[in-house]
Amino acid sequence: MAATAHPAHSMTVRGLKPFYAKRQAVQAVDLDVRAHEILALIGPSGCGKSTVLRCLNRMHETIPYAHAEGSVKLDDLDIYQAGIDATLVRRKIGMVFQMPIALRTRSIYENIAVGLRLGGMNDRLELDRRVEQALRSANLWDEVKDKLQLSGLALSGGQQQRLSIARTIAIEPAVILFDEPCSALDPISTLKIEELLLQLRERYTLVIVTHNMQQAARISDRTAVFMVERGQEQPVGLLVEEGSTEQIFSKPRDRRTEEYISGKVG
Amino acid sequence: MANIQATSPKPTGWAHRLQHGDLFFWLLTLFFALVIIGLVVAVGVVTYNGSAEARAEYGTSFLTQSDWNPIETDLYQPSYGAWPAIRGTLLSSLIALLLAAPTGIAIGIFLSELCPLRLRALLGFTVELLAAIPSVIYGLWGVAVFSPWFTNAIANPLATSIGQFIPWLAGPIAVSRGLAVTGVILAIMILPTIAAITRDVLQAVPNHQRDVMLALGSTRWEVIWLSVLPYSRAGIIGGVMLGLGRALGETMAATMLIGNSTRIEESIFYPATTAAALVASELPNSNSTMHESALIYLALVLFGITLILNLAARYLVWQTSRGPAGARA
Ligand SMILES: Nc1ncnc2c1ncn2[C@@H]1O[C@H](COP(=O)(O)OP(=O)(O)O)[C@@H](O)[C@H]1O
Ligand SMILES: [Mg+2]
Repeated sequence: MAATAHPAHSMTVRGLKPFYAKRQAVQAVDLDVRAHEILALIGPSGCGKSTVLRCLNRMHETIPYAHAEGSVKLDDLDIYQAGIDATLVRRKIGMVFQMPIALRTRSIYENIAVGLRLGGMNDRLELDRRVEQALRSANLWDEVKDKLQLSGLALSGGQQQRLSIARTIAIEPAVILFDEPCSALDPISTLKIEELLLQLRERYTLVIVTHNMQQAARISDRTAVFMVERGQEQPVGLLVEEGSTEQIFSKPRDRRTEEYISGKVG
Repeated sequence: MANIQATSPKPTGWAHRLQHGDLFFWLLTLFFALVIIGLVVAVGVVTYNGSAEARAEYGTSFLTQSDWNPIETDLYQPSYGAWPAIRGTLLSSLIALLLAAPTGIAIGIFLSELCPLRLRALLGFTVELLAAIPSVIYGLWGVAVFSPWFTNAIANPLATSIGQFIPWLAGPIAVSRGLAVTGVILAIMILPTIAAITRDVLQAVPNHQRDVMLALGSTRWEVIWLSVLPYSRAGIIGGVMLGLGRALGETMAATMLIGNSTRIEESIFYPATTAAALVASELPNSNSTMHESALIYLALVLFGITLILNLAARYLVWQTSRGPAGARA
């Protein structure tokens, strides 16, 4: 198995409560992310998928009035424990966003190199090598190798999204988080990204937020279903169930999951 | 489908505009655009015609001649050279720019990227308020409060120490009017403009440009330096140019503070003049048609300087905001 050649990283989430100012957006979350799996987070919009995902690499707290409580472990290390440098956490747990927009003022090459430079790499040959390697791993090299100095905006949406993925894997994270990476893309670009995610699973642990249930069914190993509780004055998200994708889609344990995947809610 | 296309080909150009009722709006905006161009041309024509007499007499040597002497005596013929005013204009604005650009940009960065949310609205409002204060108030404050302090606390100590070796910082300082203090007041005047525009431009940077950098492990500074500032370079330069434009043309505060002397002194602590100050102070009581013509010529020169600097800024914006090839489809 190829997977054994790459280090296996898992994540353990316990009692995670994300806040926006004083408002708790999601009820305490317990979640496991296993090594070399694709975990899909699904659920209707506004249920807190992005919020929870952004807590997994401490991106959540970059919003000035937001914070999170609870514990999130990467292997044995709690990334919320005192004294942990959030910028280093984010280099270990990478993130790819919904908008496939390349860093506007940078060339294709620099879009990849920027993360390596942040890590202190300055040697030109080493940079060249790593940039090429990242672009190859993102299945983009053949399409861009002759125009590395052009702007990232010269690429199509799907190519820009693969550029974002290349930028993330260039710094060799352990886990990669994706927030609806295909929701702005056409079906063919979407298929290419899905193919790429399946390849990346050999080397990384992946968590993907998607509003597309077919996508979750196609690529994920396990699925976590989120819902919104509308009883309170403020809607609060909650995790209703977590299990193998096959089980979630064939015999969900929770009635709300069943309603959601059969299209009655959301 | 084919049928529809055959009978109504996609309208283009004029026909398209007419059909969609956009014509009126299009003409309206065109009209206002032409009014603006018309204004620029009108200012150019008026100052050009009004300066005919002086242009015939001095030609381009007007720009380099350094005696400005409108008084006729038995010994002297009046003479008009614009260099003292041009020099004063450029130097006072340069001082203002050197002080206000870095500080204003830094304040803008603070307001947009670093300031606690609670303070942001209050500080932002204050900055906008400062930008709206009429220049005569800055002038009054400069005369009554700032320039005496500046002379005592900054100009004199500098002049008596390193000023002994550097001629353009030399003393002794007899009056608290001069190029330097004017430059500093101009800096204070344009600072809020630069800060407010920088803040607006930075706030218009989409969050995903920041998120991408944060997710790569950037610190706040790295996000600002590597992503936010490059993204908004063109707008920031625009804000600085707007401030510079105000400094170049500022009349009231300059007239009150610069000392209105057409003698060229090497030291920036000595009185000088600017084109705007000279025109404003002498035009209402000019003593001959040639004097008046020379002042209008000076106004034309100021107009030219502003135009050239703005074109230079355009070029700079175009050069730096182009980014890597292919950025504009
Ligand atoms: N920046 C924010 N500030 C305040 N509340 C937010 C912010 N982002 C999201 N929320 C709130 O958190 C809840 C979950 O949102 P989100 O995580 O974006 O949901 P999802 O990704 O599942 O659509 C929503 O009620 C939303 O209003
Ligand atoms: Mg979302």
